[in-house]
Amino acid sequence: MKLIVNSVEEAITSAPLTPLLHVLRDELDITSPKAGCQQGGCGACTVLVDGEPRRSCLTAVAAVEGASITTVEGLGEAGTLSTVQAAFYNHYAAQCGFCTPGMVMATTALIERKGGEVDREDVLEALGGHYCRCTGYVKIVDAVIAASRGDVASFEDVAQGSPA
Amino acid sequence: MTADVLFPTSAAEAATLYGDGADITVVGGGTILLPEIAAGRVNPARALMLHRTGLDTLRTEDDRIVIGAMVTLEALVDSPDAALSRVAQHVADSEVRRTATVGGNLSASAGTDAQRGDLGAPLIALGARVRSAGAGGERLEPIEDFLAGDRSGRLVLEIEYDRFERRTGSAELRRRHAHSFAIANVVACAGHDGSDLRVAVSGVGPTAVRCRSVEASRDAGGVLDDVDPVDDAVASAVYRRAVLPDLVREALDQLELT
Repeated sequence: MKLIVNSVEEAITSAPLTPLLHVLRDELDITSPKAGCQQGGCGACTVLVDGEPRRSCLTAVAAVEGASITTVEGLGEAGTLSTVQAAFYNHYAAQCGFCTPGMVMATTALIERKGGEVDREDVLEALGGHYCRCTGYVKIVDAVIAASRGDVASFEDVAQGSPA
Repeated sequence: MTADVLFPTSAAEAATLYGDGADITVVGGGTILLPEIAAGRVNPARALMLHRTGLDTLRTEDDRIVIGAMVTLEALVDSPDAALSRVAQHVADSEVRRTATVGGNLSASAGTDAQRGDLGAPLIALGARVRSAGAGGERLEPIEDFLAGDRSGRLVLEIEYDRFERRTGSAELRRRHAHSFAIANVVACAGHDGSDLRVAVSGVGPTAVRCRSVEASRDAGGVLDDVDPVDDAVASAVYRRAVLPDLVREALDQLELT
């Protein structure tokens, strides 16, 4: 069985009913998708399947045979953050960070689908199945709206203390 | 996890492999099954995966809509029928709906903490029929009969309903939250001229139910003769009984029957 994971074709040996989450984490050592509730309720395992966000814990690997899978490891370029990642960084949208990969993937797809600026309702709908137990969501929503406007400082500027 | 997994490439092959349904676990989208398998609570010896069967299309034939069992709930959100779209839109969230299927929604066993099968209500109200395979071969029957029967030995292949202009009303009670199951869904449909009233409820018991006494009397209170709400983690039976007549009234009012 083959999958295209972050643009690389991978031959998969896991059993057909293995959740995609465990194929990514255990067989391919791609650990940004997190094993949270593992019953579809928390959103920490969300990845893109052919560009659309889905819960990898609920998806049997055989059901997405041949599909293109994107995780946080496939965003941006080496050493560079994607716009959404940079916005999360600028807006302090992560605390412990466990939920962040799922939220980044879901909102990356949202901005791609909308093709431009998103509003608060769009973000709440897209993140309706994603739990964060640290931030209170306000900074996450702010970050996604800013990312959709392309309103982000470079990683280097933020790291050097320039205002967000 | 060493299940013998079968990958039929047509509906006919799926029906043959399914046989009478004994000792075989059907994987639709897998949103209910995968966590059970991953946690070791379910260990299927033989599993039937349907994603190569071609049953994932929603098509319009001359006078009817035909929904394959593998059509996702997210695809139904875009369906032309308002009640079906609305109920589908309120199941879980879009990420789960992209994996969950209508066949699974109608075939799932009764949930322990919450009720499943929300789509039963709009489909009953639309007068849908279910085509299924199993012992005795293929069968086409009204969805309310399918849901009331023993579904454990049936493989859902397609759901179909007639195309005509309808009046539609719906009302529901739920919280906005992924995995916030319905407390109750009510859907009512009638012909354009107000005839052929069909009313159905889901989310209050193990399966969706057609409300024949409401249809006959047009009295919303009659719903408590039609359904017997249960207690679960989402709501109490007492609460469901208290709100159901109001929800039915709301749905009926939208039909503007005279």
